[in-house]
Amino acid sequence: MIVGQQKPFDEIWEMVKGHKQVTVFGCNTCVAVCHQGGNKEAEILASLLRMRATQEGIDIDIKNGGIERQCEHPFFESAKDLLEESEAVLSMACGIGVQFVAEKYMSTAVYPALNTTFLGDVKTDWHFTEKCQACGDCILGITGGVCPVSRCCKRLFNGPCGGSSKGKCELSKELDCAWQLVIDRLEALGKLDDYEKIAPIKDWSKDRAGGPRSFKLEGF
Amino acid sequence: MEIKTKSKLEKIFKSGAMAVTSECGPPRSSDPAHIIAKGHIIKNHVDAINITDNQTAVTRLCSLAACIHLKLEGLEPVLQMVVRDRNRIALQADILGAASFGINNILCLSGDHQSFGDHPKAQNVFDLDSMQLIQTVRHMCDEGKFLSGEEIKVPPNFFVGAAANPFADPFKIRVPRLAKKIAAGAQFIQTQCVYNLEKFELWMKGVVERGLHEQVFIMPGITPMRSVGMAKYMARAVPGMDVPEELIKRLSGVPKDKQAEEGITIAVESIQRLKECKGVSGFHVMAIEWEDKVPEIVERSGLYPRPVVD
Repeated sequence: MIVGQQKPFDEIWEMVKGHKQVTVFGCNTCVAVCHQGGNKEAEILASLLRMRATQEGIDIDIKNGGIERQCEHPFFESAKDLLEESEAVLSMACGIGVQFVAEKYMSTAVYPALNTTFLGDVKTDWHFTEKCQACGDCILGITGGVCPVSRCCKRLFNGPCGGSSKGKCELSKELDCAWQLVIDRLEALGKLDDYEKIAPIKDWSKDRAGGPRSFKLEGF
Repeated sequence: MEIKTKSKLEKIFKSGAMAVTSECGPPRSSDPAHIIAKGHIIKNHVDAINITDNQTAVTRLCSLAACIHLKLEGLEPVLQMVVRDRNRIALQADILGAASFGINNILCLSGDHQSFGDHPKAQNVFDLDSMQLIQTVRHMCDEGKFLSGEEIKVPPNFFVGAAANPFADPFKIRVPRLAKKIAAGAQFIQTQCVYNLEKFELWMKGVVERGLHEQVFIMPGITPMRSVGMAKYMARAVPGMDVPEELIKRLSGVPKDKQAEEGITIAVESIQRLKECKGVSGFHVMAIEWEDKVPEIVERSGLYPRPVVD
């Protein structure tokens, strides 16, 4: 899923404080799982902004609302009136949702309440880790199901580097060395000899390097 | 053995003599005087001089320009090239540029992560990894082609090196990793600084068992400790460095003003011991910002005078 983290409150306040009306708008799927951008969080953030406005003596009408997903048209039906009447929308979605709202409402100011941080998993209810960079050319089949693109700090296809120590990355003792994990998996699969196959040079044109990506279903 | 390039380092190895290299870090300045002076301090005691490429991810005068300065002084540089800062277009361009100045040696590295350097907010590139850079240089030299497949009218001709760290984890893939670098095309290997001699010898045993020492020239890295503080720092804070407790104890046992001298003696003893280690073909003496000690280390280790080759 997409993981995001709320921006510092002061940064959010600076973005919205010049408006007469702002709608804090939740997205109740991915970013709700990481407790950052769901409809509940939108309600809390709206309250905090109202308090700040009162403290600073600024008159802003702050509403809140939300939908299940800000990246698909049908979900917007239930919030049509709210959004059409909004002067500004503080979207609690990932960058995709923020852009989707901006595209739908050309003359409405839209601001991101979150920093979209990564594509990751839910290790526990409170711990999320990066697992994919959507590079467009998956090699998990040759790396024992461990992604070096997203999990090795140097994105090495033929690691580990000389900084791998006791299973950890040289960047942080909190961070697993992705290549230690690759090797552990290859060994568990009885395929450690595959380690000596040199991974070919990557085609990065399928990554963001090739420009914005899209695809269409034929005959759908 | 057939000599394939104009590299002095290749000729020394293939003459059967132990080779000696050292390294110099370029200045954080546009003035090349400092690195030229360093080169002259060590030129008679080493066969080739590595020029580091923004080492520890700190921005410096570029490796290629520094190599050219040394080449113009008649010295033999080894161009260190990291894949952190440049994509395949820039790497291949610099390879051709280096060849155009008659630089004959290249060392292919991944590079320290930028978070350790002076621009931690920088983007990193890693379009290729170090293994693939070795392949790229060999492809350009041997096939006379760019990675795109297009022909290079006058191909470069490098003696290609790579790094190895026998002390990083997991240990069990450290020999296979060397084999992989050889398969990619590495012709010589310079290792991480060796302080744990037993572990290095254990790694070399694995290397010799697979006959890898007959396919590549291996140079253990030797870096003298200047003080017990340096030894403790390297043990604690430098990733992939193995500094045994006994070494720290030995340095602690001598007065502060004699520790540097003791550090030199330990380096000399390490070289003397590893000269006897089967598969060792030379030494890479990295006296970090202490280049003036290289001649003494080389002389005391019995590696001087350096052989003369055509």
